[in-house]
Amino acid sequence: MHGRLKIKSTAQQEEEKRKEREKKLKIYVAARDACFDKRKNGILDDEALQLTQQLLSSNPDFATLWNYRREILMHQETVKDEDEVQKLYEAELSFLESCLKANPKSYGCWHHRCWVSARLPRPNWARELSLCDLCLSVDDRNFHCWDYRRLVVKMSGVPVDQELEFTDRLIGSNFSNYSSWHYRSTLLPLLHPESPEAPSPCLKAPETSPPPSPQTQSHRVCEEQLLKEYELVQNAFFTDPNDQSAWFYYRWLLGRAERDEMISCVFISREDERVAVAFSRPVNAQTIGLLLVLDGQPQRVEWRSVHPRFKFCPVWICDLPHGTISDITNEHNLTVHWTEKPTHKDCALYTGRAESYCRDSATDQELFRSELSVEKTSVLQSELQTCNQLQEMEPLNKWCLLTIILLMRALDPLGYEKETLNHFKTLREVDSMRSAYYSDLCSKFMIENTIMKMEYAEVRVFSISDKNLTTLCHLDQLLLVTHINLSSNQLQRLPPQFAMLQCLEVLEANNNSIENLEGLYRLPKLEEVLLKNNKISTVADLKPLASCPKLKRLDLCGNPVTQITNIGSELAELLPSVTDLLL
Amino acid sequence: MAAEGLPCEFDVVILGTGLVESVVAAACSRVGQRVLHLDRRSYYAANWASFTFNGLLDWIQRRQEPPPQPDELQDWSSLLEEGEELIYLCNADSSSVSNVQVFSFTREEEESVSPPSTTEEEEAAAAAEVEEAEEETTQSTDIKEKESKEETFNEEDDGQAAGVDGEEHEAPPPDNQSRKKVSYSELLDKGRRFNIDLVSKLMFSRGSLIDLLIKSNVSRYAEFKNVSRILTCRHGNVEQVPCSRADVFGSRQLSVVEKRKLMRFLTSVVEETEQQTAYSGRPYLDFLCEQQLGDNLQHFLLHSIAMVTEDTPTEEGLASTRHFLRCLGRYGNTPFLFPVYGLGEIPQCFCRMSAVFGGIYCLRHTVHCLLLDKSNNRCKAVIDSRGQRISCSHFVVEEGYVATERKKVVTPTRSISRAVLITDASVLPAHSDQQVSLVTVPPVAAGAPVVKMVELCSSTMTCIPGTYLVHLTCQSVGSAYEDLSPVVTRMFNTPESHDQETCPSVLWCLYFNMVDGSGVQVQGHDLPPNVYVCSGPDGGLGHEHAVTQAESIFRNILPDEEFCPPAPNPEDIIYDGDSAPSTGEEEKQGEEKGEEEAGQSERGEGTGVEEVGQSESGEE
Repeated sequence: MHGRLKIKSTAQQEEEKRKEREKKLKIYVAARDACFDKRKNGILDDEALQLTQQLLSSNPDFATLWNYRREILMHQETVKDEDEVQKLYEAELSFLESCLKANPKSYGCWHHRCWVSARLPRPNWARELSLCDLCLSVDDRNFHCWDYRRLVVKMSGVPVDQELEFTDRLIGSNFSNYSSWHYRSTLLPLLHPESPEAPSPCLKAPETSPPPSPQTQSHRVCEEQLLKEYELVQNAFFTDPNDQSAWFYYRWLLGRAERDEMISCVFISREDERVAVAFSRPVNAQTIGLLLVLDGQPQRVEWRSVHPRFKFCPVWICDLPHGTISDITNEHNLTVHWTEKPTHKDCALYTGRAESYCRDSATDQELFRSELSVEKTSVLQSELQTCNQLQEMEPLNKWCLLTIILLMRALDPLGYEKETLNHFKTLREVDSMRSAYYSDLCSKFMIENTIMKMEYAEVRVFSISDKNLTTLCHLDQLLLVTHINLSSNQLQRLPPQFAMLQCLEVLEANNNSIENLEGLYRLPKLEEVLLKNNKISTVADLKPLASCPKLKRLDLCGNPVTQITNIGSELAELLPSVTDLLL
Repeated sequence: MAAEGLPCEFDVVILGTGLVESVVAAACSRVGQRVLHLDRRSYYAANWASFTFNGLLDWIQRRQEPPPQPDELQDWSSLLEEGEELIYLCNADSSSVSNVQVFSFTREEEESVSPPSTTEEEEAAAAAEVEEAEEETTQSTDIKEKESKEETFNEEDDGQAAGVDGEEHEAPPPDNQSRKKVSYSELLDKGRRFNIDLVSKLMFSRGSLIDLLIKSNVSRYAEFKNVSRILTCRHGNVEQVPCSRADVFGSRQLSVVEKRKLMRFLTSVVEETEQQTAYSGRPYLDFLCEQQLGDNLQHFLLHSIAMVTEDTPTEEGLASTRHFLRCLGRYGNTPFLFPVYGLGEIPQCFCRMSAVFGGIYCLRHTVHCLLLDKSNNRCKAVIDSRGQRISCSHFVVEEGYVATERKKVVTPTRSISRAVLITDASVLPAHSDQQVSLVTVPPVAAGAPVVKMVELCSSTMTCIPGTYLVHLTCQSVGSAYEDLSPVVTRMFNTPESHDQETCPSVLWCLYFNMVDGSGVQVQGHDLPPNVYVCSGPDGGLGHEHAVTQAESIFRNILPDEEFCPPAPNPEDIIYDGDSAPSTGEEEKQGEEKGEEEAGQSERGEGTGVEEVGQSESGEE
């Protein structure tokens, strides 16, 4: 056919490309070897600078070469005057720019740029900031550039409001951007701090507790601005409820408080000559300077956590020297000092009493809700309304459902219990990949509710049967519980934390899937363990029970272990104290 | 050039440089056909052309002159051979445009009508323009060329023209008092910096034209700008239509619930559902009502996103909604692109592609008649305006050259009403004054047409800084003035409008009607089967009609060839003719082209390509 172009065939093109690549590789390898030689010989000259530049422009992720380059530059600094150094580093910056054009996400390049910018005698931060603007306009999620931007902003003192506007702009063009939202969360408290006289809305500081930690304080934003932020983020999740970045930012806005560190409970048992102390968070009692004073006399005691597995634990135990409190006709005053913090707790053991305890009547709000939000009820109410509105339109949106659950809990956990359970049910269905997460979360909330009910009733019985529990938590709150009923749930184990139930006498856990009893460890008062219809299959699984000295009654009906021949005699050997064994 | 004749043999002769003809020319040259591309006019792109302000005045003047006497039919029968017959063509341009009306409201002018512009100033300008037109035909229209022109203008304008470099600059506060009025003489002085399109269309980001530009690599010859926003006119107010996710997020007019409803509708509509099919045949409006979207969203979806009317059937409404959504986000937050320097660039880009692959171009050169081979009823040659007989296997012709009695046109002929305004402000001022906006205007009264308005800012290189170029288009109901002036008076400040000081002022405006090309078929006329008729611009917003037509013509001519395959990279072309010097004849051809395409560096490459082709054919 006439007039037709002759075009190289694919094979020809491939061949040419291959040759080209081979040639390039040869040059590259030669230059690399030359560089390594030079470095080995400690040569820090211009030629080395050239060679590394050549290599790095084709492969900017060669960390060793960047290091070599820095060595050379630092050497050059010592032999050149300031203007020359300035020039040298400016050239370095423009070289880096060309590298970034080739690979805008090269760790080596960005790191080197930070280094150069910091060493530049007369830095031009405005230029650096506009470079960041440019990079982020091309890819608004380039986290390398976000990092560099923060450095530039810090070094050059860019006003916070200007940076906030910048995030406005980026969020405006695409709000699926964690970096922008996160940046906002660091800028807002600086620009609109919460007014100091406003009382922290949820946490009423207990008399003895120190002022709220600076962390909780500085993260908060003044209410007027917060309301604007709520509006902004609502726009985002109404526009696209499946975008998680907005929901995460929303969670941050709702805020959470950290509990103050304190001794929440002291328990003393005359019979066991033992003291148990519960803290508001896991601690290592051996290192925090815990001082036990009995009737004015400091005691040398050995603190141990409830289970050897825990170095950090919210409940610690010590045995008092033999005979110190065993006489029932004596009254004793016990004080536990946490010397690192200015906090302590007193407990009096009166005449004729076998045991005594002293605990904070912590409100449920303090215990659980502050974890979810520190917002005022009115704000939470209106947020809940908004989310309910969205949920009506998007009944299957998991983010919305989860947020509603959290808001309901922050508002009135017991009042919303039924709705919460329904929402959890939907969540497990629509997001089956995470159904176990939701079950665990639901278990946590159910346990919290049960603890609250127990507190209100002022009893030491904890009953939470038939609630689909998959996990146990908040066990430190159950230090004083004597009877626990966990029957008909989906528990698979009694975790080591279970050993915090130091007062436990009766455990009912029939009809679960328990196969592990690790947590039944040295429970001094445990007498009765009912484990009908579980999955305990070996004698070894029952071993922890041997550490409970008062165990008398054990029900293992319906467990695989009962099928083992000679099980009766094996158990009699393992658990000699048990007199009433049901198999 | 004039003295030398054209080669007397081509595969395809094309008359008319409109979009369809130009695409056919490019497609044929690209696969090695010898193409001769002619136009009787002195400018490229026929009714698809863009004019400078002065050029447009000249064009208007010619419209308003009495139609030229048809050239006395020369008798070409001496060129006839045995068994041949003549088919005479007519002059294009005679009837496709009508009802031209011009109004100027600038300072120096008297406050009203100035039909056929006859001031001395204008005549001088028109004369100058003719010269320029000539210049343009020799130089064709290269973007680089234009840029350099622009730069000289910049210097002359003592920096006043900040926006021409394409950068956006912040709007001065939209204060009516301080708005500097542009005078008529300024329009004339800077007239060359206008690029005023006769048709007003936009390019759908995933429309067939963009696909074609990319596929064929013709896109390298042009630059594009995003349409930056979509506006609509509602209850007399101009509002922005939130159509992308970012728009919806940022919109201040919509409540959060509306945002959700809109987003949900837009995501759900992408998939076909039973609920949708249940509505087929019923109006789209009914379907929208059923979704309980509320008035706001319903308006946006019907008029601005689907861009259909209330009685459009659901399936059609859904199809255009989907098309809109598919185009969204490819290049920006609206589904449209607009070529910098105007739409007239696009046919020229295809012509250029054709020239690169050896197509030969002549403006002010026409074909007088076709030679019909009576034995097989095919057109075997044409006779050009110089009386040269040029043989060809196929003849492609712009509709206007075909005598009315030979054409089969859908009756009644539909036409488009057009208005072109030069204004001094945007219909919706924003933080940046460099916005390209599509404004959808629902019927102002019952029976009135749906109007599409495109407002171009100076960085599109179609108007001077401080002005906006506004194109209005609708299907004609009455004359262009009758159809469009109610919208203009409502949205702009003209002497006829009342209490609209805050609206942008119209400095100058033009109304005309143009025949809607969608009624013309490629074949089926009283013409030989190897003669293909290309229609002029249609009334649609996109270019689908033209591209489809061009492709179907190409398929008829070359059923086994690929339509506009990508142009190869220069380094992949084998110049095995490099060593063998070409024959004298070829060189002559090369020179010829070199002359024709003066000022276009890349067309030099075209010459090379042609030589390669020749030498290759020599091998066979």
